[in-house]
Amino acid sequence: MSLHDLYLISPQLTMAGLGILVILLDLATDRKGWLAAAALLGLAAPLALTLVQLAQLTGIYGPALDNLTPASSILAPSLSVDRFGLFFNFLVITAAALVILASVDYVKGLTRLQGEFYGLLLLSASGMMLLASATELITIYVALELTTLPLVALAAFLMNARSGEAGVKFLIISAISSALTLYGMALIFGFTGSTSLEGIAAGLGQATAQPNLPFGSYALLVGVALLTVGIAFKLSAVPSHMWVPDVYEGAPTPVVAFLSVASKAVAFGLLLRIVYTAFPEMGPEWGILLAALAAVSMTVGNLVAITQSNIRRLFGYSTIAHAGYILVGVAAMSQTGAGENGVAGGGGFATFGPSSVLFYLAAYTAANLTAFFAIIAIGQRIGSDRIDDYGGMVRRSPFLAVALALALIALIGVPPTGIFVAKIYIFTAAVKSGLVWLAVLGVINSVISAYYYVKIIRVMFLQPIPEGGAETATGESGDEQPEAPTDQPSKLTNLAVALAALATVLLGLAPGPLLQAAESAVTALSGVALR
Amino acid sequence: MLFQDIIFWVLAVTAIGAALGVVLIRDLFRSALLLAVVFVAVAGFFALLSAEFLAVVQVLIYVGAISILFIFAIMLTRNVREGNLPNRLQLPAVLFPALLLAALVVAVVSSDWRPIPEEELGRAQLTQTQAVNIVAEETLAAEGFSTAAALENAQQAGLADLLIGAFVLPFEAVSLLLLAALIGGLALARSRGG
Repeated sequence: MSLHDLYLISPQLTMAGLGILVILLDLATDRKGWLAAAALLGLAAPLALTLVQLAQLTGIYGPALDNLTPASSILAPSLSVDRFGLFFNFLVITAAALVILASVDYVKGLTRLQGEFYGLLLLSASGMMLLASATELITIYVALELTTLPLVALAAFLMNARSGEAGVKFLIISAISSALTLYGMALIFGFTGSTSLEGIAAGLGQATAQPNLPFGSYALLVGVALLTVGIAFKLSAVPSHMWVPDVYEGAPTPVVAFLSVASKAVAFGLLLRIVYTAFPEMGPEWGILLAALAAVSMTVGNLVAITQSNIRRLFGYSTIAHAGYILVGVAAMSQTGAGENGVAGGGGFATFGPSSVLFYLAAYTAANLTAFFAIIAIGQRIGSDRIDDYGGMVRRSPFLAVALALALIALIGVPPTGIFVAKIYIFTAAVKSGLVWLAVLGVINSVISAYYYVKIIRVMFLQPIPEGGAETATGESGDEQPEAPTDQPSKLTNLAVALAALATVLLGLAPGPLLQAAESAVTALSGVALR
Repeated sequence: MLFQDIIFWVLAVTAIGAALGVVLIRDLFRSALLLAVVFVAVAGFFALLSAEFLAVVQVLIYVGAISILFIFAIMLTRNVREGNLPNRLQLPAVLFPALLLAALVVAVVSSDWRPIPEEELGRAQLTQTQAVNIVAEETLAAEGFSTAAALENAQQAGLADLLIGAFVLPFEAVSLLLLAALIGGLALARSRGG
C-alpha cells in the first residue's frame, strides 16, 4: 500500500479518525462543549481532502482524470475516486456538519456519552463516504454495515422504551436486509465469477442469456431481486420500509435527520453505481423493477402519511414517498439507457435521469434538514411531537414556524425551492424515457402530499395555542423525550435551521451550479459514458 | 466419487434434519445444541468443496464461539422451561422462507452456471487451501503450472495474499466496523448501568 493509496482513501480515513478523536477527547476533557466544536472544526479535514481530490480530477494541477485510482493500485478493484463519489462526499460532509450544529443543544441534554454520540455519527459518515466510492461487492457490503451499525446504536441511544424499540426494530430489519443483500451478491458473484462491478459487467458479456427471461437467467433474476430488497432497506423504500415510522418516532431527532438524508442519499448513489457499472446492458429490466418500486413507495408513503398525528411518524411516511419520487429518476435512467423511447435527444441525454437523481438528493437534503432542525428546536420549546400541539406556533416562535412552513412547502415541490426544480427535472426524465404513467402518478402523489403538509402549516398558523401548553403533550410521546420544555433560545439550532433553509431557497432560485455538478458527476459512471 | 457422494448425502441429511429440529423443537436449549450440529455439517460441506480453511474457521467461530454464546445466553435467561412460545405469525413465517427456497432452488437448478475452467481449477483450489504463498514449486508443477508466469500467478493466490492484496480495503474497513460496533454496544450497555 503506497502513500498515494492512503491519499485516495484519506477523506474516509480522516472522517473515521475524527470520530475516534472526538471519543478520546470526551475522556480527556470535562468541558463537553468542546466536543461539538472539535467535531465541526475537524470536518474541515475530510472536506479539504475531498476538495484537493476534486481539484486533481478537474485538472487544476496535472492532467484531468476520470478516476484517481490508477489501475496498478492495490485499491483499484475496490475503490473508485471519481466525481460521482466526491459528489456524495460533499453531500455527506455537509449533512454531518449541519446535523452536528443542530444537535449541540440536544446533546447537552444527555447526561453522559456525549462524545460517543458525535463519534458514532462520524463513524457512520465515514462508512457512507466509503460506500459512495466502493466498486466491489465485498467493500460495498462492509461499507453498508459500517453505515448502519453506528446508526442502530444511536437510534437506541436514549435507552427509553420508544428509543429501545426503534433500535431493536432497526437492528433486526437491518440484519434481515443484510442477509438478503449477501444472498443476492453471492448469486451474482456465482453467476458472473467476479465481485468487482466491472468484472460483473465483463462476466455478463460472456454469459449466454436465456430468452424471454428478465436479466437473462434465473440466478441473476433472483440475485438482483434480493440485492434490490436489501438496498431498498437503506433507501427506506417499499418493500423494506416497515422500520421507518418506528425508528423516526423513537430515535433521537438529530439521528433521524442524519439518517433520512445522508444514509438515503448514499444508498441511491450505490444503486446508480451498481445499475450503471455492473449491468450496463440491462436497462429495461431494471427500469421495470424500479418503476414498480417507485410507484408503490410513493403511493403507500403518501396515503399512510395522511392519517398520522405525530409529526415524526408523518415524516417517516413522507420519506418513504420521497424515496419513491427519487426512484422514478433511477427507473427513468434505466429506460433511457436501453435506447428504446426518446433517444432522439442525442448523446447528452443519457445523463438526464441519473443527474436528476443527484440533484433531487441535494435538494431533499436541504429541505428535509430544515424540517427536522425546526422539529428539534420546536420540540425543545414545547416538549411534544404531536401535530395538535403545534397550534399557534407562529406566535410562540415566528422564526421556527416560518422555517418549518418553508420546508413543508419545499417538500410539496412548490417554487421557489430546490425540490420544485428537482421534481420537474425527475418527471421530465421519466416522460422522456417513456414512463409517462409514472410521471403522472408522481404528480398525483405530489398533490396528495400537499394535503398533509399543508395541514401542519394550517395548525401552526391558524389554530390557537393549545390549552395548558406543554402539559397536553405528555400523553403520547412527550413524557419520554429528553428535551424538557425550555424557553431558552437555542441559537445554534436556529443557525442550523437558517443555513438549511437558505440552501433550500438558493437551490430553487439558482440551481445552475448544482445541476452542472450533478451532470459532471454522473459522467464518471462507466455506463453513462458508454451511451 | 462414490465416497464423496456418500459423505455429501450423510451431511445433507444431518444438516437439514438438524435445521428442522432447530425450528420445530420447543426446548430452546436443545434447539441451540442442534444449531451447533448444523454448523458442523456446513463445515463438512466446506471441506468437501476443498475449502479447508473455511471449514476450520466455521468450526472455530460458529461451533466454538457462537453456539456457546447462544447456550450461555439461554442458560442465563429465566423461564427457559416455557420454551419457544407460539405466535400469530407462524403461517407467514413458513410461507416467506418457502417462497424464498423455491426461488433459490429454481435459480440453482435452471441457471446456466459457468464452472471454473479446467486450467484455472488448480489455482482456485490453491486459493482456498493455501493460506500464504509457500506453495512448493513441485506441487504447482503437479497441478499443471509449467510456465514461469503461471507459477508466479499461482503463488500469489494464497488466501492471506488476497486479504492484504486485492481485498485489503474491505479487510481494513471491517476493523473499523468492529470498532464502531464495539463503541455502540458499550455505549448502550453502559448507559443502562447509569
